[in-house]
Amino acid sequence: MSAAALRRLALRVLELAGVLCIVSVGVFSLVVLLPGDPAVDILGPGRPPSEYAELRHELGLDQPLHTRYFDWLGGVLTGDLGRSVVPPQSEVSDRVVSALPVSAEIAVLGLLIALLIAVPLAMWSAYREGGIADRIIGAGTFAVLSVPSFLAGLLLVMVMVNSLGWFPRSEWVRIGDGDLLGNLHHAFLPALTVALVELAMFARVLRGDLIVTLREDFILAARAKGMSPLRILFTDALRPSSFSLVTLLGLSLGRLIGSTVIVEYLFSLPGMGSLVVNAANQGDYPMVQGAVLTIAVIYVVINAGIDFSYGHLDPRTRRVHV
Amino acid sequence: MSEIAPRTRSALAPPVLVTTTLAVTGLVLLVFGATTSVLIAPAKAGIALLGIGLFLSGASRVGKALAGPGFDIVFWASAVWLVLLALAIAFVGWLPLGEDRDVAATVTEPVFATPTFTGPHPLGTNGSGLDLLARSLYGARSSLLISLTAVVVGTVVGGLVGIVAGYFQKAVDRMVGIATNALLAVPPLILLIALATVLEPRLRNVALSLSLLTVPGMVRLSRATTVAYANREFVTAARAMGAKRSRIMARELLPNVLLPITSLAVVMISVLIVAEASLSFLGLGIQPPEPTWGNMIAEGEGDVFEAHPHIVLVPGAFLFLTVFAFNIVGEKARQRWDSRSVKL
Repeated sequence: MSAAALRRLALRVLELAGVLCIVSVGVFSLVVLLPGDPAVDILGPGRPPSEYAELRHELGLDQPLHTRYFDWLGGVLTGDLGRSVVPPQSEVSDRVVSALPVSAEIAVLGLLIALLIAVPLAMWSAYREGGIADRIIGAGTFAVLSVPSFLAGLLLVMVMVNSLGWFPRSEWVRIGDGDLLGNLHHAFLPALTVALVELAMFARVLRGDLIVTLREDFILAARAKGMSPLRILFTDALRPSSFSLVTLLGLSLGRLIGSTVIVEYLFSLPGMGSLVVNAANQGDYPMVQGAVLTIAVIYVVINAGIDFSYGHLDPRTRRVHV
Repeated sequence: MSEIAPRTRSALAPPVLVTTTLAVTGLVLLVFGATTSVLIAPAKAGIALLGIGLFLSGASRVGKALAGPGFDIVFWASAVWLVLLALAIAFVGWLPLGEDRDVAATVTEPVFATPTFTGPHPLGTNGSGLDLLARSLYGARSSLLISLTAVVVGTVVGGLVGIVAGYFQKAVDRMVGIATNALLAVPPLILLIALATVLEPRLRNVALSLSLLTVPGMVRLSRATTVAYANREFVTAARAMGAKRSRIMARELLPNVLLPITSLAVVMISVLIVAEASLSFLGLGIQPPEPTWGNMIAEGEGDVFEAHPHIVLVPGAFLFLTVFAFNIVGEKARQRWDSRSVKL
């Protein structure tokens, strides 16, 4: 690595640290915005004042704000996200650790399904540009973009579970239980719901790039050599057309996390989504803080990784624009 | 690519009579598919979809024959839907609709009545006998009110901050950049959920948290546009004539930034409608009995919609059509106004 590259990396890491710092302050200040007194919320009203004071002291609520922030940050950095204020008052980090794999599985599976469906659709569409298949795919993907994921999930359940009976709806089998097939069977429908919006976006972007690539001379040359259309599409056209798609993969991460949250809630899967939504509904602020911070850190780190890898994929993006 | 030359459409347009028949057949199929009780649900949905397809293709040809080849039926259909919805929202208090939120008033009404498109409950009723058409329209009112307020607030704040950052650059720009990155560091829905934990779910609060979602995009777009214009001749000329910085920003830069951020704002409306609906669906937005599309759809959760799919389908159709219409209109606005030369 050259000195310039090292300097770039160092700047990136510094910026990353700055952003994470602001995020941690933001997440912490949720408590400040909290209406009412957490001690009253936990114990319920009508207890002697000494009990409230004791609990406040126990939770550290009687300390000044900056002390509390650094206490909290210290805990976070050592992997202690605090304790839930809603019975059974479990450790936030334990809950997060057990919920993360479920969400990750749904999101990754959803992304895979989206790519598996989007690439052939885009190829078909681009190869027969302006044809009837292209127009149907174009209209269909545009329509799918307007369906919120919770609606898509309910409609999928309506057709595939209630009418056709192909999939179970809500029990979840952990991968660790050794029943991989059962796990996939349960994960497929949620993952498909997550995949729907993404695949529409992917197919539209890839189609646009493919159409441009297919007009290039080297495609004409390949056709003249008598190569089959499928071979041309997969070996010659796909790679030069996929740069926008890779960019989109990074950009769609936020939406992917959002739809995973909703889909988990909809299918009652024990992931980060259900965790954070239930905690938010109960006003369980340590849980919300822990979960939001975890999600934000993962999101920022993945995004920074994608950003940084562009520099390696395409030298043109290394210069800072404007 | 089976031929090198582009496909050309036959120069002879089909006669208006034939295409009108096509459109009418489509409508008849749609109504039949929606109202028949003979067939199972997927078959009905299939027939209705086919009907919509035929109608749109027929109507599009009629339109092209009458108004020239630039006629875009989907755009006009979307515009008509949005205008109808806006009118219905404006006059919802005077429309002869069923009860929309007071459960005590609907003791004698039928529960889970299916949509008949006629009679006192054209779109059916929910589990408490509340009228779904009335609820959908009141839901449309709060949904659009929230999203439009949020978009306006976000656009104004984001646009101004972006112009200032783009014009002054250096330290101001860097600070704004870090703040925007920090806002973008939390996935949108997670940010909304976190705010919903501590804010009371009232219209104003929901609108304000939603406006936070639009700010970063607006800041980036308006900053990038400003930077692209800041060194152009007319700005230099204004500066040479002794214009103050505030005047340069307001009179020279703002008009150029306005169009691109307006077209982004139209696109953002549909994103915010979906976000608001998701939030109410999760039980974190506007609370029942106040109807919103999201909490109406949430009523169908569990096993309710198995027996009564219309509980989900009616508000779902309103949500879909509105988001779709805003997407179409937004796409048109973007094609028209967004200068592609500006890089985000």
